Amino acid sequence: MNIHVYVTPKAGILDPQGATVERALPALGFSGVSGVRIGKYIELQLQPADGADPAAVREQIDDMCRRLLSNPIIEDYRFEIDE
Amino acid sequence: MTAVRSDASPVRFGVVVFPGSNTDADCHHALGTFPGVMAEYLWHKDTDLKGVDGVVLPGGFSYGDYLRCGAIARFSPIMQSVAEFAAEGGLVMGICNGFQTLCEAGLLPGVLIRNTGLQFICRYVDLRVDNAATPFTSACADGELLRIVVKHNEGNYQVDPHTLEQMKANGQVILRYADARGQVTAQANPNGATENIAGVCNQTHNVFGMMPHPENSVEAAVAGGTSGRLLFQSMIDTLRERAS
Repeated sequence: MNIHVYVTPKAGILDPQGATVERALPALGFSGVSGVRIGKYIELQLQPADGADPAAVREQIDDMCRRLLSNPIIEDYRFEIDE
Repeated sequence: MTAVRSDASPVRFGVVVFPGSNTDADCHHALGTFPGVMAEYLWHKDTDLKGVDGVVLPGGFSYGDYLRCGAIARFSPIMQSVAEFAAEGGLVMGICNGFQTLCEAGLLPGVLIRNTGLQFICRYVDLRVDNAATPFTSACADGELLRIVVKHNEGNYQVDPHTLEQMKANGQVILRYADARGQVTAQANPNGATENIAGVCNQTHNVFGMMPHPENSVEAAVAGGTSGRLLFQSMIDTLRERAS
């Protein structure tokens, strides 16, 4: 299965990269832009263990996200599974 | 330079080396400038701390700073041994990437994120010692200023307000960026760190992390001053007291 993980800065965390991009867009002629936040997109293939139920698979991906793919102090994550 | 051997056995430090660590040799050399002190390297894949008295995690770009600084290094086999060593009260000092790794490992509170100016900063800063009653600052006076170099792009220390209040109440905020007069000001803050925090310790005051590089300020003959010596001397004094 294909897993798509989105890691984003938590609301309230200062995101200087997002702020910089937000300031740069009007210089290119784009108006009305606000709330730019920059995160990470991670994709991976997962071969679940035989007989693993969907809840166990989600738990496994949650674990990956909590322990390595994101830092829960400053980041949120969500993921999508393509069977 | 040969370390002067006293009758007492030497104080031994282990300098952990991750792929991408780059101040390990400076740390090793700095520690060796102290009489009666020996330093050795601890490879990240080993689990044997070789009975060292103190552990130093050096600066650098472990694993290329991939994903997040220190995020992968924290899972190296040596870190399990470092965590056990710390749990037993062993002294652990993390410098720059070492600090980042200790935060990712949960051995220190908070996290280091991108400098607010988005630029890699390489310059001298003045650090005010806000707690001289720790094994890492006992050779300093409260409020003393240390002139030490920073070289980082992710030195912006962030921690939630509740944890920060607990840390302050428990004397865990050790070093702050200050101006030449010792005032903690916004202008003196090179990276946006919360309350100008440059170095912190854990609740039991035996694990310490700092973004600046004391290992580059240990010899008068080399440009950089000698302020860094006070931090290493504090650890050495503490370890000698423990052994006596």
